[in-house]
Amino acid sequence: MNDMSFKTLQTPSPPKIITERPAKITAENVDVFYGEKRAIHNLSLTIPDRAVSAFIGPSGCGKSTFLRTINRMNDTIPSCRVTGDIKVDREDIYARELDVVELRARIGMVFQKPNPFPKSIFENVAYGPRIHGLSKDKTDMERIVTESLKKAGLWEEVKDRLQQPGTGLSGGQQQRLCIARAIAVNPEVILMDEPCSALDPIATARIEELIHEIKENFCIIIVTHSMQQAARVSDLTAFFHLGVLVEVGDTDVIFTTPQDKRTQDYITGRFG
Amino acid sequence: MTKTISTAQRYSSERRFKALGLAAILITAAFLAFLLTDIVGKAIPAFTTNAATLKVTVDPTLVDAANPKAGDYQGLLKKAWQAQFPAVTSRGDKKKLNGLISARAADALQDAVEADPSVIGKEITVPLAFSSEADLYLKGLRSDTLDERDVAWLEELKAKGVITSGFTTSFFTNGDSREPENAGIRGALIGSIFTILVTLAVSLPLGVAAALYLEEFAPKNRITDLIEVNINNLAAVPSIIFGLLGLAVFLNGFGLPRSTALVGGLVLALLVLPTIIIASRAAIRSVPPSIKEAALGVGASHQQAVFHHVLPLAFPGILTGTILGVSRALGETAPLLMIGMIAFIADVPGGITDSATVLPVQVFLWSDLPEEAFKARTAAAILVLLALLFCINALAIYMRNKFERRW
Repeated sequence: MNDMSFKTLQTPSPPKIITERPAKITAENVDVFYGEKRAIHNLSLTIPDRAVSAFIGPSGCGKSTFLRTINRMNDTIPSCRVTGDIKVDREDIYARELDVVELRARIGMVFQKPNPFPKSIFENVAYGPRIHGLSKDKTDMERIVTESLKKAGLWEEVKDRLQQPGTGLSGGQQQRLCIARAIAVNPEVILMDEPCSALDPIATARIEELIHEIKENFCIIIVTHSMQQAARVSDLTAFFHLGVLVEVGDTDVIFTTPQDKRTQDYITGRFG
Repeated sequence: MTKTISTAQRYSSERRFKALGLAAILITAAFLAFLLTDIVGKAIPAFTTNAATLKVTVDPTLVDAANPKAGDYQGLLKKAWQAQFPAVTSRGDKKKLNGLISARAADALQDAVEADPSVIGKEITVPLAFSSEADLYLKGLRSDTLDERDVAWLEELKAKGVITSGFTTSFFTNGDSREPENAGIRGALIGSIFTILVTLAVSLPLGVAAALYLEEFAPKNRITDLIEVNINNLAAVPSIIFGLLGLAVFLNGFGLPRSTALVGGLVLALLVLPTIIIASRAAIRSVPPSIKEAALGVGASHQQAVFHHVLPLAFPGILTGTILGVSRALGETAPLLMIGMIAFIADVPGGITDSATVLPVQVFLWSDLPEEAFKARTAAAILVLLALLFCINALAIYMRNKFERRW
């Protein structure tokens, strides 16, 4: 492949949402390697603040890999190497002096499979604020937990059983608990790695509703396999294919008039 | 048609396998039942004893009221004992008669007089302990060293109705002794407990720390691979090698006191360390990575993720490994012989730096002695060892369940 094939089409150019909102995250010429294997090719992308961006694409296309470079979760994989620039608020997150623990407090993450801690519902939410020293005392902590659970739309369902195990909740409730846990540390960005792939349609609808409610306060990035989901929740859509960011654009435009043939084929269900 | 035959074959094969499995379990259970009944049957004589009630006049010429400690209780008791058999007059016969009572039979008399010196000059009744051979005969067991005249005397005594038999706790309260009737398990039991405590205190923190480092923090390279291979090999090293190592390092190198629970515990800690490390690593590895990722995702540092989430979840597994290791250490004899814990020690150890022996070594020592009565002691010591193992396992299972119940 020549360098031309790594070029990203913008639909429209530039996408409207990027011009309307301040940029939160900018990636320039990012390559990600697993050992010798190159998982991301020369990716450049701007992600707007206070909006939802969706990464779509077939399995193994690098969308989750790129998502994990944003909060440096890839650091846990010894063979993984990232080159290029990724900036959050114009600050290089791969700079030597950057504190990765602080970065992850600013950039929360919700995982594919709900993974609450095997502790009480209260403890699940309180863990983050506690290790960062965000609460002054016990009542303050209770306030943080209550507010986070309310924001995650879980409060009404769990307010009478905060001391029961978080693992005892249903799948959808567990995922919302994980969102509450991410919100509790007051992040600026929330990364969601296929948050609904293990949930039934009703729980999925509930999560999508929630994303819609909270997007005014956060920069949300969601990786999804469901095109309908991307169309429903996101403002910006980025289509990945074989480690290349093929096309990025306003969601309503890209789903109606994609420019690249590959995007068109994927959206219309011809592959992937 | 062929189809029906093949299902029939499959069902009969399943039945055969079930029958084999059942047979295996029955055979194992039969062996276990045989072992236990045999040991319990042999151990019973160690928990009962025979005593003769003897009337003794505390002669003021032999026991001075001003200083009752210095009295000749041995002489006093022997006189009273011989008085039971007026027909025995010759010096040789009297000596033979004295052989039927325990070497420490006078202790009870001395205790009684020291407790209440006002009895000096009066007649008191004390229990008289028999020698182990006489005791065995009275329990109706074989005793090779008694001849016809010994037997006749004991029968004479029996006819007088002065012999009482009953349960005795002396086996649990005495230390080791050369005389079987006085030998008890207390020294070895306390020694074992001290040794195991030292082993646990050393090996559990070291093992868990090593496992955590190797599993969570160490870079994956040739050196850590080499360490891993060596740990696995160490788990298979014969235990006596660890005894030699302990002898060279702890006794000759550091100059720690010989045959103590401290050194024994350290040697056993080396022995169980590989087991604990391997089990702990497996337990840590089995914690789902999603939990660690969740912690990292909310901004926990690597260490916080490990100590707040991975370690608590791995703890039941670590405990299981530790129990396996400690149970092995509790039954270990060979390495302790190397560091001198085979010495004859009559005193009950008061601390980890006192000379001590442990239960399996005590079993080994007693099983080697010629006196018939030590056979019962040996079996009883095995029972105590099994009971201790059982207690440790029960405690560990209880703790494991308790930790697991925290979801």
